[in-house]
Amino acid sequence: MSYIIDRRLNDKHKSTVNRQRFLRRYRKHIREAVNDAVNRRSIKDMEQGERISIPQKDLSEPVFHHGQGGQRSIVHPGNKEFNQGDRFKRPEGGGGQGSGDGDASDSGEGQDEFAFQIDKQEFLNFLFEDLELPNLVKRHLEGAQVFKTRHGGIVSQGMPAKINIVRSMRQASMRRRALTAATRKRIRDLKNEREALLKEDQSPQRQARLQELDEQIQKLERRVDRIPYLDTLDLRFNHHIKEPVPVSRAVMFCIMDVSGSMNQNMKDLAKRFFLLLYLFLQRNYDQIEVVFIRHHTSAKEVTEEEFFYSRETGGTIVSSALKLTRDIINERYPVDQWNIYAAQASDGDNWNDDSPACAKLIEEELLPKLQYFSYVEVMPRAHQALWDQYETIMARHPAAFSMAQIDEPGEIYPVFRQLFKKRMES
Amino acid sequence: MAYLSEGSDWNFELLADYDAAIADLAHNKFGLDTYPNQIEVISSEQMMDAYSSVGMPVGYNHWSFGKQFVEVEGRYRRGQMGLAYEIVINSDPCIAYLMEENSITMQALVIAHACYGHNSFFKGNYLFQTWTDASSIIDYLVFARNYIAECEQRHGVTAVEETLDSCHALMNYGVDRYKRPSPISIVEERKRQREREDILQKQVSELWRTFPELQPAIKTREAPSTFPAEPQENLLYFLEKNAPLLQPWQREIIRIVRKMAQYFYPQRQTKVMNEGWACLWHYTLINSLYDEGKVTDGFMLEFLQSHSQVIYQPPFDASFYSGMNPYAIGFNMFQDIRRICENPDDEDREWFPEIAGSDWLETVKFAMQSFKDESFIQQFLSPKMIRQFKLFQISDDDRKDYVEVGAIHNEQGYRRVRESLAEQYNLSIQEPNIQIVSANIHGDRALTLRHQRSDGRPLDDHSTNEVLRHLHRLWQFDVHLESVENGSVVSRYSMPPSPEPITVM
Repeated sequence: MSYIIDRRLNDKHKSTVNRQRFLRRYRKHIREAVNDAVNRRSIKDMEQGERISIPQKDLSEPVFHHGQGGQRSIVHPGNKEFNQGDRFKRPEGGGGQGSGDGDASDSGEGQDEFAFQIDKQEFLNFLFEDLELPNLVKRHLEGAQVFKTRHGGIVSQGMPAKINIVRSMRQASMRRRALTAATRKRIRDLKNEREALLKEDQSPQRQARLQELDEQIQKLERRVDRIPYLDTLDLRFNHHIKEPVPVSRAVMFCIMDVSGSMNQNMKDLAKRFFLLLYLFLQRNYDQIEVVFIRHHTSAKEVTEEEFFYSRETGGTIVSSALKLTRDIINERYPVDQWNIYAAQASDGDNWNDDSPACAKLIEEELLPKLQYFSYVEVMPRAHQALWDQYETIMARHPAAFSMAQIDEPGEIYPVFRQLFKKRMES
Repeated sequence: MAYLSEGSDWNFELLADYDAAIADLAHNKFGLDTYPNQIEVISSEQMMDAYSSVGMPVGYNHWSFGKQFVEVEGRYRRGQMGLAYEIVINSDPCIAYLMEENSITMQALVIAHACYGHNSFFKGNYLFQTWTDASSIIDYLVFARNYIAECEQRHGVTAVEETLDSCHALMNYGVDRYKRPSPISIVEERKRQREREDILQKQVSELWRTFPELQPAIKTREAPSTFPAEPQENLLYFLEKNAPLLQPWQREIIRIVRKMAQYFYPQRQTKVMNEGWACLWHYTLINSLYDEGKVTDGFMLEFLQSHSQVIYQPPFDASFYSGMNPYAIGFNMFQDIRRICENPDDEDREWFPEIAGSDWLETVKFAMQSFKDESFIQQFLSPKMIRQFKLFQISDDDRKDYVEVGAIHNEQGYRRVRESLAEQYNLSIQEPNIQIVSANIHGDRALTLRHQRSDGRPLDDHSTNEVLRHLHRLWQFDVHLESVENGSVVSRYSMPPSPEPITVM
């Protein structure tokens, strides 16, 4: 007796939990691989899964087995030219399967790496593990674009599709009772009188009175019948209210110095940093807008393409970009509706007398409006005035301002992690 | 007689038709005794799931299964491996998975192979009869899964994972090789588990220890000079019963792993026979279908192609050679037994006087029922088979700087080749012989194991230390392992590692 069962529609992700357990156990290795990937990848494919390799020895599930050595005897098939007593040199690799189990790889290809794929989501999870956005106070704000409808009670005006039948009928029933109450009472009284008369003896007056009563009762009953069963004013409608859904949204200002001293290499470093920040914000907010501001002696809002690839020369006045940022915020991004982040990348060059002005701008005009301001200096060189000024800001506003120096691509991710490391706040 | 089908597509009616036709042959013509079959059609993703849970339909969660899964998934996605056509589970009813991608020919092959071949092996072979209980395994797996999930809730995933890791490392040493368990029901199992937990809890209760006079039943006994009185080969069993500091739930987890090891032990001992038997029957059954005119020539061609792929034995010098193919030797040996029964020649009559010329069906069934790989090869590998496979035996002695061909397929070599091949399938020779010899219960509670070296084969240092680390995690006091050859200790392993002994001048 056999039963044939179609199981194809059953759940096919039975191994999901085991897979997660595996990822959890090898978190350290995977994190390293993700680290490497970030530095190796170009901007475009940052948001992809990743192939992870883990050294086979770290994964081993040890069991007791024999090592090399001793006397062993092995049978192989396919003898061609050997004769009993033939002797030859021991082949490299110890000559065959020594261990009873354990995957002695005889194929000669050697599997010293255990490789597998993690998907985009997992990749980003590992990428931003243990990181958090500081100052998420305004996280949920009233948005103006997304609405959801909510039940808003019962109203007497509306369209036919929304008639609430139960409530309408209840209303009609109440109206009918209220309007006919007096009439029905009179009918009851007349009927009682008629009953009483019927019990008395026959007499002409009695007959006349009965006749009169019958007419009156009929008249009143007709009046009751004339009350409409359902009237337009009985109709009740379900009401729905449109409510704006709080959307967490953020705007990110990317500020970059494009003066002559910034070469393509430095811009690339800055770009990677901005990208990481963008991906990270994207995970925390439903809606992200990015504003690109570049500056030399004057600042300008540009498109992404222009921001990263066009080249300008000239001196550097950082405060011009900060002023523009302030103006754009005032104009387009009301502080009560937006989470605002700013990231600035520069080689640290600035006109010396401009640096104090920058510090003042940031501290007095920008920081009160921003969630977070981060500054990266992409220059392997001694710091200049700007850095010193910023350091004083950091000392006064450690929660909202951070700065770091990046010399080469490999440092971007560590620096990024350091900037957004989960803080043990009270 | 009409064909059962033409073309290569399958559907459920066809599967039922083929199953009925094959069942009829298997039961009525060849008299195979099988459990009822539960044939489940699954997709390739589900097959990968099944792969990574040792083929079982339910299992507890552990990272090692996840590792297996990502490995299988990755290799499959990259096209480096195909998935097996079937997986079959030793249960009652016998569950067999068929992949939906297979053609009808493959489905018929798999039904014959798994549902009648493996199935009758599970039911007939003495090891399976003695050591496994097909009717209760699924229940037990469900129990194990739930129990371990509950432990994870109560004690945390990490703690449970660590215990399981340690148990898995010792899994091969969690089997009773000689004692025979009696099967119990799932209700009984649960009851016993609760009792065990209660008793263990009482034993660790400090009160009971402090006032022994309150328990007149406990008498002070003369302590045995050594404990355990005899060496113990079932390490996990010993730990479950005697490890001093384990929590009751940890003991139960050890027990679960031990039960799983015991359940799979017969399969590890009968790879060649089990596959050989299943191949013999898919070959015989499908050929009988063909003889009855129920399948087309095209069907047979596809069948024979798959069949010959499965039983192909690459020679030792092929680049893809990876040892003996159990399907190949198994199938050919059973076919050879049939030949010896039906058409014996003088050589066969000399080597196999008791089976030459006997009823082949009776003989192969007897062979299937009463042997395991090692004894099966020892008993039935014929000189003709050795010649056919051109088997040769290599002696590799690390004291010499050459390897020597010990025997080839000739008159002087047959017995030696056969003995050597049989030993290759003897788990007790392939696995190091390690037993617990003493637990110092009056002193520092150190546990001592002994590895009995055979043929001078040492333990692998790295993995031995790793396994001892796991053993130490369960025992929680010092663990020593002595590797003994000819009565003297050759090497010692300790966990935690002991400092170099100080030599006193």
